[in-house]
Amino acid sequence: MESENWKPNFTIRFNSTQTPSKELGSSRIIMAAIEILDLEKSYLVGFWRKRPKLALRPLRLTVEEGEVFGFLGPNGAGKTTTLKLLMGLVFPTAGTARILGKELDDPAVKSQIGFLPEQPYFYDHLTARELLNYYGQLSGVPAKGRAARVEQMLERVGLSGSASVQLRKFSKGMLQRVGLAQAILHDPKLVFLDEPMSGLDPMGRREVRDLIQQLRSEGKTVFFSTHILSDAEALCDRVAVIHQGELRGVGAVADLTSGTQGKIEIIFYAAKVPAGLTALGAVARISGDMVNAVLPEEQQDAALELLRRERLKLISLAPVRNSLEEYYIQRLQPTDVEKEDEEDEARNEENRKGVGV
Amino acid sequence: MNSRVGYIAFNTFREAVRDRVLYNLIAFALLLSGAAILVGEISIDIERLVVVNLGLTAVSLFGVIIAIFIGIGLVSKEIEKRTLYTVLSRPVRRWEFVVGKFFGLTGTLVVNTVCMALGVFLALLYVSHKFEKMDQWVLVALYFIVLQFFIVCALALFFSSFSTPLMSAVFTFALFVIGSLAEDLRGFARITHGLGGWLATGIAYLVPNFSALNVISQVAHGDPVAGRLILYNTAYALLYSAMAISGAVLIFQRRNLK
Ligand SMILES: Nc1ncnc2c1ncn2[C@@H]1O[C@H](COP(=O)(O)OP(=O)(O)OP(=O)(O)O)[C@@H](O)[C@H]1O
Ligand SMILES: [Mg+2]
Repeated sequence: MESENWKPNFTIRFNSTQTPSKELGSSRIIMAAIEILDLEKSYLVGFWRKRPKLALRPLRLTVEEGEVFGFLGPNGAGKTTTLKLLMGLVFPTAGTARILGKELDDPAVKSQIGFLPEQPYFYDHLTARELLNYYGQLSGVPAKGRAARVEQMLERVGLSGSASVQLRKFSKGMLQRVGLAQAILHDPKLVFLDEPMSGLDPMGRREVRDLIQQLRSEGKTVFFSTHILSDAEALCDRVAVIHQGELRGVGAVADLTSGTQGKIEIIFYAAKVPAGLTALGAVARISGDMVNAVLPEEQQDAALELLRRERLKLISLAPVRNSLEEYYIQRLQPTDVEKEDEEDEARNEENRKGVGV
Repeated sequence: MNSRVGYIAFNTFREAVRDRVLYNLIAFALLLSGAAILVGEISIDIERLVVVNLGLTAVSLFGVIIAIFIGIGLVSKEIEKRTLYTVLSRPVRRWEFVVGKFFGLTGTLVVNTVCMALGVFLALLYVSHKFEKMDQWVLVALYFIVLQFFIVCALALFFSSFSTPLMSAVFTFALFVIGSLAEDLRGFARITHGLGGWLATGIAYLVPNFSALNVISQVAHGDPVAGRLILYNTAYALLYSAMAISGAVLIFQRRNLK
């Protein structure tokens, strides 16, 4: 144990073409890919009397390099707002953020990141190939090899067949594919995707899942927002849940879904729920010729004994695992403070109405 | 020029071409050839005057209309359609985008004007069967018209950076009209006293001096243009456009995209 400690944390391979220092930099020093430091955004709304509307409460979040990070939240939660702040498309009311250790307005950052906006829209006078070539130019992809890279990207998102069609003739899902291609075109270290699966057919969704997996295996950092929890569960190392502009929780997917709830689910053939089962604390429901019952773990033996006595055929028995969905829904429950706020708001509303009459 | 500015300018030019902006040349050609044939039939000795006057005025008006209508949408349309998102998330600075768009549109107008200029000279050849030495001043007048386009584009860009497309079009066109009367305004300012005088002077010198850039009737009569005016106008137009563009950049730089 002791003797392991003095060892350097990196190995220098002399047969490698990479320089030792690069090896050190890229594989050992884990740097935060995204550091969000109390980023806050309010929009002015209202036509005559402008009032600020808080779209994002001070958000503090760190995403490590090499991580696939899911950003979850209902409609209007502030996911897109966060991404737009990080891309420098809108400016924060307060707070800062750093990407790959640099300030947001540092142009060096931009060549290392890729961004897919939600419902992307592109210059519709260009063909898919021309658009990617143009974006390659803007991202500083060297002229030599740019055309090949563009073809490779078109291939990767399944658009080779429509490469010479003007984008005004593209369907929504095809535009989404172009969006994905332009986000990874310049081989960025860090990719931001705002609802990458939206508008895609089942095959397309699967391809995007594969794409994200592939990016992970290439060591890229992926930060994506989504409504599809099963995708987040399958793809992400960690997720954050945001609701009404407020961060409600961050966690590693493995932790969130590994635990059991101290309950088991048993399914067996039966026309009705056996009387003894309810006494064991089971919640049961009948579906077709089967009964599905959830009961405390410690009652497992008693339940099996009961089934044997009644000569009922067991189909399955499994611990009830936590799912991301439960975590998500639990995180969306209003906090106490909020409940009070809402009540206040309702009271004020009443008062206003009272005055108006 | 910064290479990204060049790429953006080229894309803007390509967009204008594909959106069939250059089709205005057809209307221009029809107008000019119709006029040339007509004066060739009826008049004596004023063919040149008519062709130059009419040709250059048409070049200027067609161009100003294009400059205003594309200029007001150059940046605002990209914000509206959100095509900017995937541009500004690349290593493109906001000023590079604005300047690139500006050069894209002025480039389009230069190409357009060159085609029209060819038409004007063809019409001249048709009515007077030869080129004369004084025709070189027509080239200078065309150059001044291009300088006008620079200012109009820059103004359209400037207004559209903070107001709606319709208001930007109105503002820019109003400034074009007032600016074309700038010389008269300056004269008026000189003979007016008191508060009105101050106001007139302020306005007269703030609005772009399009009248100094308009030598159409002068060259139509075959009068030469002073070298000093060419120098002065060039500096004036570049400075004025640069200031309007800088204003647009300053506003755009702080702007939250929709
Ligand atoms: N330009 C704007 N002006 C005013 N309010 C805005 C603006 N953009 C967003 N908002 C508000 O900010 C909040 C967050 O919006 P945002 O687009 O970030 O949500 P989202 O999490 O991306 O939702 P969705 O899942 O529907 O895409 C919303 O309440 C929205 O009304
Ligand atoms: Mg969104």
